[in-house]
Amino acid sequence: MRFWSEIKQSVLTALWFIFLTFPILVIRVNPIEKLVIWRWWNLVWVGIGSFVLSFLWRALLRRKERGKPAAFAATVGKTDWVGWVAASPKRYVPVLTLVGLVTVLFPVVMSPYQTNILITALMYVVLGLGLNIVVGLAGLLDLGYVAFYAVGAYSYALLNHHFSLGFRTVLPLAALLAACFGVLLGFPVLRLRGDYLAIVTLGFGEIIRLILENWNEFSFGPSGISGIARPGFFGISMSLNQTIVYLYYLMIGLTLFTIFVVNRLQHSRIGRAWIALREDEIACQAMGVDKTKTKLTAFALGATWAGMVGVFFAAKTTFINPASFTFLESAMILSIVVLGGMGSIVGVIVAAFILILLPEYLRAFSEYRMLIFGMIMVLMMVFRPQGIVATVRKAYQFQRRTS
Amino acid sequence: MKAKGTRIGWLAAVLAAVVVVGMGGGSALAEETLKIGVAGAHSGDLASYGLPIAKAAKLVVEEVNAKGGVLGKKVELVVEDDVCKPEVATNTATKLASQGVPVVVGHVCSGATKAALGIYKASKIIAMSASATNPDLTQSGEYPNFFRTIASDDAQAKLEVEFALNTLKLKKIAVLHDKGDYGKGLAEYAKGFIEKSGKAEVVLYEGITPGAVDYSAVVQKIKKSQADGVIFGGYHPEASKIVSQMRKDKMKTVFISDDGVKDDTFIKVAGKFSEGVYATGPKDTSKNPMDKMVREAYKKAYGEDVGVFSINGYAATQALLNAIQKAGSTDYDAVVKALRTEYVETPLGKIKFDERGDAIGVGFSVYQVKDGKYVEVVN
Amino acid sequence: MEYFLELLLGGLTRGSIYALIALGYTMVYGIIELINFAHGEIYMIGAFTGLIVSTILTAYGFGTFGVLVLTLVLSAVYSAAYGFTVEKIAYKPLRQAPRLSPLISAIGMSIFLQNYVMLAQTSDFVPFPALIPDFEFWEPYSHIITSSELVILSATTVLMIALTLFIRHTRIGKAMRATAQDRTMAMLVGINVNRVISSTFIIGSCLAAVGGVLIASHIGQINFFIGFIAGIKAFTAAVLGGIGSIPGAVLGSMVLGLTESFATGYVSSDYEDVFAFLLLVFILIFRPGGLLGRFTTQKV
Repeated sequence: MRFWSEIKQSVLTALWFIFLTFPILVIRVNPIEKLVIWRWWNLVWVGIGSFVLSFLWRALLRRKERGKPAAFAATVGKTDWVGWVAASPKRYVPVLTLVGLVTVLFPVVMSPYQTNILITALMYVVLGLGLNIVVGLAGLLDLGYVAFYAVGAYSYALLNHHFSLGFRTVLPLAALLAACFGVLLGFPVLRLRGDYLAIVTLGFGEIIRLILENWNEFSFGPSGISGIARPGFFGISMSLNQTIVYLYYLMIGLTLFTIFVVNRLQHSRIGRAWIALREDEIACQAMGVDKTKTKLTAFALGATWAGMVGVFFAAKTTFINPASFTFLESAMILSIVVLGGMGSIVGVIVAAFILILLPEYLRAFSEYRMLIFGMIMVLMMVFRPQGIVATVRKAYQFQRRTS
Repeated sequence: MKAKGTRIGWLAAVLAAVVVVGMGGGSALAEETLKIGVAGAHSGDLASYGLPIAKAAKLVVEEVNAKGGVLGKKVELVVEDDVCKPEVATNTATKLASQGVPVVVGHVCSGATKAALGIYKASKIIAMSASATNPDLTQSGEYPNFFRTIASDDAQAKLEVEFALNTLKLKKIAVLHDKGDYGKGLAEYAKGFIEKSGKAEVVLYEGITPGAVDYSAVVQKIKKSQADGVIFGGYHPEASKIVSQMRKDKMKTVFISDDGVKDDTFIKVAGKFSEGVYATGPKDTSKNPMDKMVREAYKKAYGEDVGVFSINGYAATQALLNAIQKAGSTDYDAVVKALRTEYVETPLGKIKFDERGDAIGVGFSVYQVKDGKYVEVVN
Repeated sequence: MEYFLELLLGGLTRGSIYALIALGYTMVYGIIELINFAHGEIYMIGAFTGLIVSTILTAYGFGTFGVLVLTLVLSAVYSAAYGFTVEKIAYKPLRQAPRLSPLISAIGMSIFLQNYVMLAQTSDFVPFPALIPDFEFWEPYSHIITSSELVILSATTVLMIALTLFIRHTRIGKAMRATAQDRTMAMLVGINVNRVISSTFIIGSCLAAVGGVLIASHIGQINFFIGFIAGIKAFTAAVLGGIGSIPGAVLGSMVLGLTESFATGYVSSDYEDVFAFLLLVFILIFRPGGLLGRFTTQKV
């Protein structure tokens, strides 16, 4: 009985999708020459495809539903798989050693292309961790994060172009500048909540990009700045591949530094204030937390990382123009944070690798690349809505003294 | 415990799938082929400029392979997407470099091209763009490995301004652009040339927002400035909206634009309003039998008309393959020398390249829309 | 003075274009508090369906009026089907999920739909036939405001009024308001919340389709990317007016359209969007709930 109802459901789904995709997939028109092309074969594929996939979809959804109470029970006492690994040295020592070994040896073993895209992925890890402070910890939905990224990139490009300042000099400068912009954005939006905040930050990001596009005397306009110096290694000239490897290790350094700082911040006084702010603004104020200061530090500290990664970005591509800093970029970074599980460091790292490396490895599918990418984003959210690594609030347990 | 195990298993499966796909993409074919890179925007909002070039390149390769290939090897295209973003373009370029392609047709946007060229230069790869028109690319001398089958922005701007001042005798000109690197670059040159000539004044210089639903405010501004002509730097979607709006407002202001507008889609979209619009573009090649052939072959293969830069892309692929054939190898210096010395028959005409990388023989002329067709204006 | 009037009318037209899309946005938001990024794509799909339907109908010799009506109806049907399916696939399984998760699946859906249309149709701009004829009686005024602009303006007004009445007086409209106020409570009093949400998506998508066809016919061209830009602007307008409020969406769109028009007319279109966003920031500083939205004081 069950079997037949399943079949019936799938047939209905298939028919629905055939109906749905009929005009766009089958008919192609040329309105000038009044030409109509019919591509009936596409319908057959849609029918078969949706018939099979609908089985899979329902099975997976059922599994997700069934897993829910169990997963909930598991999270009470115990933690997620990350927590499971982190629980004892016997587990995390080999895992960390393996990860470390792979990290160090990667550029030696793999091609420059692989190293290059790994640098990009690491850049997004840091961006994700930075945005995680604002969105994940402080609960402020920021859709214009890319503005700070642009600030960092343009500080290096302009300072390098006009005063030939080096990579290492600009890195802290850019971080500071981005933090200032963070505060600048923070002030007007102090009163806003939720989606109103989101749209204002989105506007802020667009404003920065438009200024860069229009103010030619300052930013060289849409044609951008080319010939930005790659970071040098104490004056030794390097080939392209060597620079890639060098940048890779620098980026690993920055990533480790970020992980360390963000981890410490999370459990610090200010970190707990952020989390309190996220959970309930009014209760948080009633407890004596200075809302203004807490929000502004969240914006400033979040922006700092974007500023630094911006410098790496400019140094890596050696060319920047405003077109790199669109809203889509902000959306991508936000997706990393949410997909990773808001507030979780390991989650953000894994999500950044998936979202940044996936389009690169999907190149095999050429023009279907972004189609598949969008589909995967939806599927991941549907089947893992709490993110790859669900955050577990640090619990302090009262230990009864045993005599 | 069991739930945890399956969860890890699930994650592992995803990662494994990603790795397998990655490896699959990277594995080389056993048969020896000549690999040619094609890079450009093949997804995202600028895909409509990148895809037609890649499709044109495919046509060339099919044709060449049918005749036995180049240097006895079959030609294989390695098509890579850069979404017209500099940061993705560097990844695309390193990928092409590690696959050992000797030449690349691309990139599409000037910005992405600049970002990629540094990598190509270090890896001794020749890049030939069908659409990157930024003057710096050839004039700065920074990129000796760069060639293009399209004229640079300043040459076009000069032609537009000369035509407006000397042939049309315009006195008040409004210069508009779409804020993009192509449009704004062109508009800046145009403004500079007008001001230097002293024969006319620029009464309005503005950037419009690309993709906006309408441009009535800008059109009103043009009307108020009493300009007798508009020079627009940008692409056809915006141009057709502005022209339609101007004509609907019963304005007869002359409209002059660039080769981003000299596209049949512009006429189709703007319809009757496109009549009388001027646009600069590559010299008329419609009498060239090759051009006609390419257009037909393209339509037959893909069921649609050629895109904006398809013909340039076709010519670029031909030029590169021809140079490799003539050079007898894929050696960088030999191919560069062949590109600079050997003429090649393309739909754009008989071309070779100058020291800086610009095509010789790719001339520009002014066109006007007459009865739904671009017709070359004879000075 | 005439210049001012021209800018005013231009701004109003632009505003009503935004409003057609913002209405659907704000409805969906009102019910499930989700910024539906895929709404712009539904609008785009509506426009593409309209292109296909109208071309075929014209080829079979239908009259102008018949083509217009049938195109609007069929596009609305298909957009509604897409909206319904998108909700079932990407949002329904996420009802209990953290607040930001549906936002990300919406972005994913938006990327998917864009590429789907790009691959199935074309990456290039396609001319869209002018479905709205130039009315003869309007000819003397057509230099001030064209027939298609007139149609868009009146369609926006009619739809806004109809929608307000619908929400205020019909059974399902009341159920929608109840769901928007408190979903759990609505469930408790016997409202089928899933059905309410589905109907919201269906109505919102129909509006998007009407917008898509009318706007595409006015502009005369479409491609797969139009939904994205339009979506962002409509979203801004909806927030400006107070998201969730139907008259607010229209008012916000008008304010946005007028600001852009006057900024271009009197300052420079270089900074058109900068002015639009600055205005948004200022309005939200003084009215954090938008122009017509209620700024609810949070209770503890």
